[in-house]
Amino acid sequence: MSDQIKIDTGISIALTGSGGAGVMTAGGMLLEAAAKSGFYGLQTRSVGPQIRGGEAAALLRLSNHAVEIHRGGFDILFALDWSNFSRFAAEITLDENSVVIFDPEGGEVPEIVSAATKNIIELPIKKFASEIPGGRMNMIALGIVAGAIDLPKETVLGLIVRKFASKGEAVLEASRACLEAGYKHAGSVANAPKLVSDAENADVPRWLITGNEAAALGAVRGGIKFAAAYPITPATEILEWLAPSLTAIGGNLVQAEDELSSINMIIGASYGGIPSITATSGPGLALMTESIGLATAAEVPVVIVDVMRGGPSTGIPTKSEQSDLNIAIYGLHGDAPHLVTAPLSVADCLFTTQWSVHLAEAMQVPAIILSDQYLGQAKMIIDKPADVAFFADRSKVEKIDTAYTRYALTADGVSPMAIPGTAGGQYTADGLEHSVTGTPSSAAEDHHDQLAKRRRKIEGFNYGTHWAEIEGEGDLVIVTWGSTAAPVREAAELARAEGISVKTIAVRLLAPLRVEALEAELAGARRVLVIEQNDLAQFYRYLRGHVDLPADTRAYHHPGPMMLSTTEILSEIMKEHRL
Amino acid sequence: MNVSAPLKASDFKSDLKPVWCPGCGDYHVLLSLTKALADLERKPEEVAVISGIGCSSRIPAYLKCYGFHGVHGRSLPLGTGLKVARPDMTVIVAGGDGDGFSIGGNHFLHACRRNIDLTYIVMDNRVYGMTKGQPSPTTEPDWDSALSPGGTGLNPFHPLVIALASGANFVARAFSGDIRGTTKLISDAVNHPGFSFIQILSPCVTFRPEQKEWKSAIHAPPVEATDDPARAARRIMTDDGFNVGVLYRGDRRPYKIGDGVEHKTVADLEQEFQI
Repeated sequence: MSDQIKIDTGISIALTGSGGAGVMTAGGMLLEAAAKSGFYGLQTRSVGPQIRGGEAAALLRLSNHAVEIHRGGFDILFALDWSNFSRFAAEITLDENSVVIFDPEGGEVPEIVSAATKNIIELPIKKFASEIPGGRMNMIALGIVAGAIDLPKETVLGLIVRKFASKGEAVLEASRACLEAGYKHAGSVANAPKLVSDAENADVPRWLITGNEAAALGAVRGGIKFAAAYPITPATEILEWLAPSLTAIGGNLVQAEDELSSINMIIGASYGGIPSITATSGPGLALMTESIGLATAAEVPVVIVDVMRGGPSTGIPTKSEQSDLNIAIYGLHGDAPHLVTAPLSVADCLFTTQWSVHLAEAMQVPAIILSDQYLGQAKMIIDKPADVAFFADRSKVEKIDTAYTRYALTADGVSPMAIPGTAGGQYTADGLEHSVTGTPSSAAEDHHDQLAKRRRKIEGFNYGTHWAEIEGEGDLVIVTWGSTAAPVREAAELARAEGISVKTIAVRLLAPLRVEALEAELAGARRVLVIEQNDLAQFYRYLRGHVDLPADTRAYHHPGPMMLSTTEILSEIMKEHRL
Repeated sequence: MNVSAPLKASDFKSDLKPVWCPGCGDYHVLLSLTKALADLERKPEEVAVISGIGCSSRIPAYLKCYGFHGVHGRSLPLGTGLKVARPDMTVIVAGGDGDGFSIGGNHFLHACRRNIDLTYIVMDNRVYGMTKGQPSPTTEPDWDSALSPGGTGLNPFHPLVIALASGANFVARAFSGDIRGTTKLISDAVNHPGFSFIQILSPCVTFRPEQKEWKSAIHAPPVEATDDPARAARRIMTDDGFNVGVLYRGDRRPYKIGDGVEHKTVADLEQEFQI
């Protein structure tokens, strides 16, 4: 068997250009046109540090089945110009089959490109645009690429009308003419791969959504009615989606002065009986940790979405990295059992957030959700997510006849909560250790009882099968988490198609770790590969500390900004397979 | 408890014995607060008292209301979240000068600015008592202590001026020993729409025994409360720091975001994602 398994599903396209060239707009329309034509796909962006403008790359993958990550190579590179192309070169891998389209006015073809492929096509895009009053290069590029991969022209025209109608007849007409010109020249790119539709997909209802939008929607589906917000890249879109949406459904979002405030605002609102959420990234999570401990001790459910970015410190705000696992699990002082979950795909941002709201509310604990920049900002065509029956359903006391004990020692550790306003339920929630009534106490018995109660709540809970997504069988097992699940699952699927048995365990519930369930799934494993995107192999070490792993367990990991790709994981599977 | 009978101050007091030193001004604040709640004819379950960390921040547990004793400096965000989510509750945030003006200083500015309809009571004794006598933001510059030998040499923070400049809608000074006056001020503050701030001078007899003399320094303000912030600022900045009463009453509209009405369902929100 060959070491190289060709990933032949779908078409990967990179559009690059300098600031203002409009590659993101063109890419977005390409994705939407594919969506409307019955295809699946995703778009991510790679941008420079500039606040606005600067070079940009729109990275797309289109396919006739659901795809969740770039495969690790590109079939088409369309360079409007070569401005700072070197910044993207590592992300845009080309091979001898790649087709490159460029405008000679945009500079010389970089050596890294000409060395990779001979399929380099010169088209005077700028000249084409200048021949159309108000013409724009990105719309011509859109026409060329859409035509080259066989997307129906009427569909793209429809999008142009929708997008530009409000900007006046002149703009609309110019865009339309550019698109026509692009389609006319698409024939010059004859050797481009074509999108071949699968009739089965035509009637499947689909959504176009980012992971941040999906997480926000999952929150409101789960019953969230209050959010506090402090802007931070790459989490802000969650908050910006929630702001009007919460108001529309009768809730509220407050912009806070800092993350110390936002976490406490949601604790205050949740203490008032209203399911509450905030979203942040690593620096904000670091500021919140003291108060997440308060929510643990006072048993107030809250949900915190950490859309991870490169760290430590300010790190790389616009790039993805799975390096907040340690702080999410270990960041709280004292013995502070809480929940840590991670969505396993863009679509799963919805499920995992909704589930986390349910879990937090059911157990009266804080839940930290580890999403990341990739999941959060990737725009994806997904099947319409199913409705799931996970809602905020907190155990509350409705009527109090006798003395109320807020922190009563129950069998499952969950004590019914009196919501402010309930007569006779008055108590003081406290970060100080307390007795069953909530009265501050430094007595050993109270401390031990309350610690055990808070631990019991989350350890004894029935999480069902949602703690992980498990696929395949085999004595080679890959354990992964979060966004890395997407390339792992795709690589494993490709390996299976080649007759290699591999089992994948993508862990959604990171804390409390389901040790027994995981060990049961690992029974019979000869070799284990733990895959994640960070420098310290945080998940691998976490598993080492808790799980009885086979001797032959190794970590495959690297930090951001590069994502782990399907291709590189497949190559690791091949290495393991040969051993 | 007979529900039809009017509630007395003692109906708002819990059975828990305060941790405070004998003679602490905070006992009087506790008494004034319970009297004010009785005067306001609130039910204990309709009131939430939210605090941070420090001697005075222990106050929620000494009441029969709902309470939250949070972490150091974050009482205002806790109270803000509760009030926005539950506008039906009467929210009173309480604490000390270190909690409110040092570690919580940023929240103080923005709570004044945000003008949420709640009342913030700071029991100001110009010292960190719980950690046994360190200077706070309101401590005099020459007050000698182990942590700042010879004094901090720093100008004291002026909470009333800062509250005014930041947009608080009701600004008052009280003295804990003046129970009648403090009760009335708390009651007025709760009734006034928007963010109401009361600085209650509350002596620490243990670490600042010289504050026992405050009772003879206290006097009523020479003029009525004003609704002109410039005038109020001038008065506050030029007075001797011991006049008690309402210093400023504004008419800024309290903070409000949504109307609490469900205009759309979650299914409506999902429409935007459909292809």
